[in-house]
Amino acid sequence: MSLWSRHKIFETNSIILLIGVLIVISIGGLVEIVPLFYLKSTIEKVEGVRPYTPLELAGRNVYVREGCYNCHSQMIRPLRDEVERYGHYSLAAESMYDRPFQWGSKRTGPDLARVGNKYSDEWHRDHLNDPRAVVPGSIMPSYPWLTQRELEPSLVADDMKVQAALGVPYSPEMIAKAATDLRTQATTDDPDAAALASRYPKVQARDFDGNPQRLTEADALIAYLQMLGTQVDFKLYDNKANVR
Amino acid sequence: MAHDTHEQVDAVTGVTTTGHSWDGISELNNPLPRWWLWSFYLTIIWSIGYWIVYPAWPLAASYTRGFFNWQSREAIVEDLDALKAQRAGMTAKLAQTSLEDVTKNPELFAFARAQGKAAFGDNCAPCHGAGGGGAKGYPNLNDDDWLWGGTLAQIEHTIRYGARSTNDKGHQGSMPAFGRDGMLKRPEISNVADYVRSLSGLPVEKGADLTAGAKVFADNCAACHGPKGQGNQELGAPNLTDKIWLFGADKAAIMEGLTNGRGGVMPTWHERLDDTTIKALTLYVHSLGGAR
Repeated sequence: MSLWSRHKIFETNSIILLIGVLIVISIGGLVEIVPLFYLKSTIEKVEGVRPYTPLELAGRNVYVREGCYNCHSQMIRPLRDEVERYGHYSLAAESMYDRPFQWGSKRTGPDLARVGNKYSDEWHRDHLNDPRAVVPGSIMPSYPWLTQRELEPSLVADDMKVQAALGVPYSPEMIAKAATDLRTQATTDDPDAAALASRYPKVQARDFDGNPQRLTEADALIAYLQMLGTQVDFKLYDNKANVR
Repeated sequence: MAHDTHEQVDAVTGVTTTGHSWDGISELNNPLPRWWLWSFYLTIIWSIGYWIVYPAWPLAASYTRGFFNWQSREAIVEDLDALKAQRAGMTAKLAQTSLEDVTKNPELFAFARAQGKAAFGDNCAPCHGAGGGGAKGYPNLNDDDWLWGGTLAQIEHTIRYGARSTNDKGHQGSMPAFGRDGMLKRPEISNVADYVRSLSGLPVEKGADLTAGAKVFADNCAACHGPKGQGNQELGAPNLTDKIWLFGADKAAIMEGLTNGRGGVMPTWHERLDDTTIKALTLYVHSLGGAR
């Protein structure tokens, strides 16, 4: 019996075939996945990346709930046309606090990795409410309920606890102040804005949904969108400094 | 499926069967086609070459970098440098030439407008429309009504720093919330809304008190919009005597603005776009029509 005909052992016994498949896939996993957990070059250290504020995290939850990732990526690849259009290519560090990440794999709409501060809050509000009101050719669905639905501030602390358990560095203080921080960020000129900024540097705090009386899901989602891609200052970023 | 471990030889072809038989049809045990098999071996050999020249295998604290020492972040820098070099001649010329002088150089002007149009499509069109036609609340750039001025220098300043943006150099003025903040009562707002409509010859409601409206206007609005409502570009106060209405001409829209104020935001662009792109955008927007 030559070596090649030993194939017959696998081909004629489904259990042995299954075990063989498992062994081969495990080797692939060991070689391709495990090193990402210990190689320092997987996520380079970059100045400026911080965990999401409670309001941004709530907005991110809305983003996931509405399935924005189905049509929008958050991943600018290091390709000429993408960098020309969207700005600096995405760094691994920029999504290091994403559980789960929102890189996406399909672009029916544009990439959103650097949409922060690109358009005004009013535009986001009008656009989410009815995309065709501002972009006549858009095929994006309307999300009119976002400006209607109240945001429940008490739930976000639980979210932060889960994120902390998964490794996001939320301090006990951050979790304890979650609900107040959430309200502070959604208010223009709130007296606690400085305290919020001390916990979350470079945070943008204002009334995002154009309705100061109410705290809505639109407040949260727009706060999240206006933060995307703004944490790293690429004027200071050195693409060679952290290559290890 | 019948399973017979005993191999049989097919009478017609003389090939052994696998022992499987479905409805009396048995499977010949032919070897894989030779071309397929060799292609498969070739891919394995190819992968070895790949391991040698490209980053491939993880090590204890690092990974094999490969003979080419290739990195995607180096590759993109080279790509962008090549693009810069390709555009260098015209871009450098555009960077060095003043806005006025570009308009006098047809070739450079055409280059600037083409670049401006591309940048406009991604950055400006979401608010101002694909052709600069605007939308309710987002100014039309084709008409000759300019909130913050329509000269080349004024347009460049507005693009660079925005209006009510995060940049301190941006335009700051905004319409106060006369109703919400208790500066005007509802009848006064109604009267002045009618008066404002009358300024551009629009019909007013029956029984509207234009004299009272004119007084409210003189006391509260004239400071920014001018005594005749002709507007003030220093403050971004719109001209109220023309037929161009950013938020709508109907009385309800005007009263809404008087009650809750207005203040659309134009983002600051100089942090996102380089100077030449802003220059190209300025020239493109200026050329859309209605430029000063």
